[in-house]
Amino acid sequence: MLPKTRPTLLWLLPLTFLAIFYFYPLGRMLQLSLTRSPIFSAPFIAALTSPAIRGVIGFTFWQAGLSTLLTLLIGLPGAYLLARFEFRGKSLLRALTGVPFVMPTLVVAAAFSALLGPRGWVNLLLMRVLALDAPPITFLHTFTAILCAHVFYNLTIVLRMVGDFWGHLDAHLSDAARVLGANRSQAFLRITLPLLAPAISAAALLVFIFNFTSFGVILVLGGPTFATLEVEIFYQTISLFNLPLAAVLSIIQLLISLAMTLLYSRLAAQLSQPLNLRASQQIQTPIRGHKTRLFATLWIGLLLTITIVPLLALATQSVVSFQGQGLRVFTLAFYRELWLNRQGSLFYASPSTAMGISLAYASLTVLLALGLGFPAAWALARDRTAPLNRLLDAMLMLPLGTSSVTLGLGFLIALAQPPLDLRASPLLIPLAHTLVAFPFVVRSLVPALQSIQPRLRQAAAMLGATPAQVIRHVDLPLIGRAALVAATFAFTISIGEFGATSLLSRPEYPTLPTTIYRLLSRPGALNYGQALALSTILMLTSIGGMLAIEKLRVAEIGEF
Amino acid sequence: MKHNFYLLLILAALLAACVPEKGPQTLTVMTHDSFAISEELVLAFETEHKVDVQFVGAGDTGTAVNKAILAGDKPLADVFYGVDNTFLSRALEAGIFESYASPLLADIPDEFELDPEQRALPVDYGDVCLNYEIAYFEQNNLAPPETLEDLLKPEYRGLMVVENPATSSPGLAFLFATVGHFGEDGYLDFWRGLVDNDVKVVNDWESAYYSEFSQWGGTYPIVVSYGSSPVFEYLFAEEPLDAPPTAAVIGAGSCFRQIEFVGILRGTEQRQLAEKWIDFMLSPEFQADIPLQMYVFPVNANTQLDETFEQYLYTPDAPASLAPENISARREQWIADWTAMVLR
Repeated sequence: MLPKTRPTLLWLLPLTFLAIFYFYPLGRMLQLSLTRSPIFSAPFIAALTSPAIRGVIGFTFWQAGLSTLLTLLIGLPGAYLLARFEFRGKSLLRALTGVPFVMPTLVVAAAFSALLGPRGWVNLLLMRVLALDAPPITFLHTFTAILCAHVFYNLTIVLRMVGDFWGHLDAHLSDAARVLGANRSQAFLRITLPLLAPAISAAALLVFIFNFTSFGVILVLGGPTFATLEVEIFYQTISLFNLPLAAVLSIIQLLISLAMTLLYSRLAAQLSQPLNLRASQQIQTPIRGHKTRLFATLWIGLLLTITIVPLLALATQSVVSFQGQGLRVFTLAFYRELWLNRQGSLFYASPSTAMGISLAYASLTVLLALGLGFPAAWALARDRTAPLNRLLDAMLMLPLGTSSVTLGLGFLIALAQPPLDLRASPLLIPLAHTLVAFPFVVRSLVPALQSIQPRLRQAAAMLGATPAQVIRHVDLPLIGRAALVAATFAFTISIGEFGATSLLSRPEYPTLPTTIYRLLSRPGALNYGQALALSTILMLTSIGGMLAIEKLRVAEIGEF
Repeated sequence: MKHNFYLLLILAALLAACVPEKGPQTLTVMTHDSFAISEELVLAFETEHKVDVQFVGAGDTGTAVNKAILAGDKPLADVFYGVDNTFLSRALEAGIFESYASPLLADIPDEFELDPEQRALPVDYGDVCLNYEIAYFEQNNLAPPETLEDLLKPEYRGLMVVENPATSSPGLAFLFATVGHFGEDGYLDFWRGLVDNDVKVVNDWESAYYSEFSQWGGTYPIVVSYGSSPVFEYLFAEEPLDAPPTAAVIGAGSCFRQIEFVGILRGTEQRQLAEKWIDFMLSPEFQADIPLQMYVFPVNANTQLDETFEQYLYTPDAPASLAPENISARREQWIADWTAMVLR
């Protein structure tokens, strides 16, 4: 049992936050939408049950399921690699694979276009080598592009959530099985996999829900022939102004996410068990042997190809001149231009200012998300099977499954009018980011908190430690690593977020993503070049941020 | 340590509750995310009227309009700038604006004044037109298209990329151009012809222009963009150019004019200041600031434009015209019919 704290007390802060910044705006928006016209009219039912809408729901499931499966297939061996082996440049690899998570969709589209577009590096190379007249690869606006982008974005979730947990699993357990006669795959299937199940299912759920509510990727990389529920909600809300239908679709999307989450928490309750977690130093070994070396090389290559090569293509394009066909010349013109406010614009922000604003929002988000996430994770880890906890657990995930179009409008309306007038407050942005980061923080913390052996706490308590001392000296060191993962998620979610930021931001305080979007929406080489340059700066900022978080000295397991 | 942490949280919450007030009074201006203005102009306005002008962003045009409508009789700002003629009907029907007959309307040509009750006042316009890459047509000894009808010819097969009207505002404007030009009975036949001629459809302007247009990363030499895109290609080229590398098609009825409006939000408590702000936006000083800040063009006839614009801005003599009432009544239907014809 965890130290005695009343569960209601633990839930107080997180639930108040959700009530004000989630349920209230969402409820207000749904109420405003549904009262605009009678919803149970014949045309309404006909629209809702039309084959088009059924097709949309089917496609949403199909692409989300397939994307999640692919992400796991590539991510799990990667997690194993990060968990079991010690090699140079590992924390850099971990940071690099996390960068996609930060990048706004339009930037990712520009990156994929720079790499695989009709005039991207790959097509140009193939055309030259094979002497072709037309680009051989069509990648943009295909189903493949959607799947690739989803894997690109979500790989880091599996690598971090599963990898970090795996890295602390006692390898002696599977060694013991081997000694007792199990072969390698038996030991993995019967011992390691069941122990990993809570972390895998947590990661899979997050990836699935992210893909299920996918919007930007579908719109920009998939193109007009693909539509998920979220895209349909956007279409009904903005293009057709059919708010009642949009509201009902939002509710459907929400209910499906809720059902998935409930299923997961049922599963998770059965799967989790206390474990002896070990310091990662005790578990990780250097890469030895031909087979291992081959595997490691292959998988590091694969992870980097998927996550970094598109971004590298974008970064390369930011330092080459567009002029002069064929011959590509190095230039820093776009970077120089970024620092000039030629038009004396009020909303201009130099890259350093925009970076400062982005970092300020991200830091606030980390503080808020951890502050709210800790008590919630604590309460959940105490007793996952309690009916109240199971319900609340599912509730925490709701913001991720909610239509961002609906919630965004609700945020704007509900929080900009009395009794809660925050419309001019720059704090709305970290608050909105916290809503997204919160479930990640809780998901990262719960498995670690749950795996703490109750005996340790009991022993500490028996030796006269107060509950606070137990937390300080037993729990915190044990979950240090998980807290870092949680902080990294909150940081990356905030620093690259565009949708909510563009809705809520004061134009005087542009972030890196909002500045990039402004530049991207204008014609002209200098504007496009600056957008690429600033995207590269965003990339570097996020790598720097993630490396800095990794470097924070938090007591590792086993150091007490 | 933990206690300090929560203290910080509470502090942050308190900070959120009290928004600092600067000037003696505040005028709140809600805008879409393409809005931009010179710093010195705002400062001059603030000094002259002893007011602190606060801008609130609200996403793109469609989102901003929805937001203003859903706020109902408790307006989120005093003034809203950014509703365009494709969304105007939605805003006017919802009654979000108060009428204001600004004296400066006298300097604005009647063609821009779409609301006879002067609830929404025109500020700027931009023409959505087809653009093409000049070099492509020169290298291939092909004459560039001059009208919409040309696009159905076999020599232009597979050369054009357009934006989805359901998700993109230039895409919607181009759909309106075809409805205006071919009529409600004819536009779908034209689109069927375009589909047969292998038109490419993407969801957003950025993808169309920067990923598919041959001037940039793509292979399609014709794209739906703005009559002003060529001059901005010229002005914002990497190295100075002799002339724009692209051109616009401005044949009869091939472009659609987007006009953006400003209005006083119903229920404001700053009516006087809001009027002053609107006069300011319609004044030649602000109007001259528009092109290089927002990439659209002033409606006030007394505005002096830069010489480069006189030279390279493509302005259609006869943009396709559609009555706002017609747009209002049929908009959703056209989008739905277009979607069924082109995408499904």
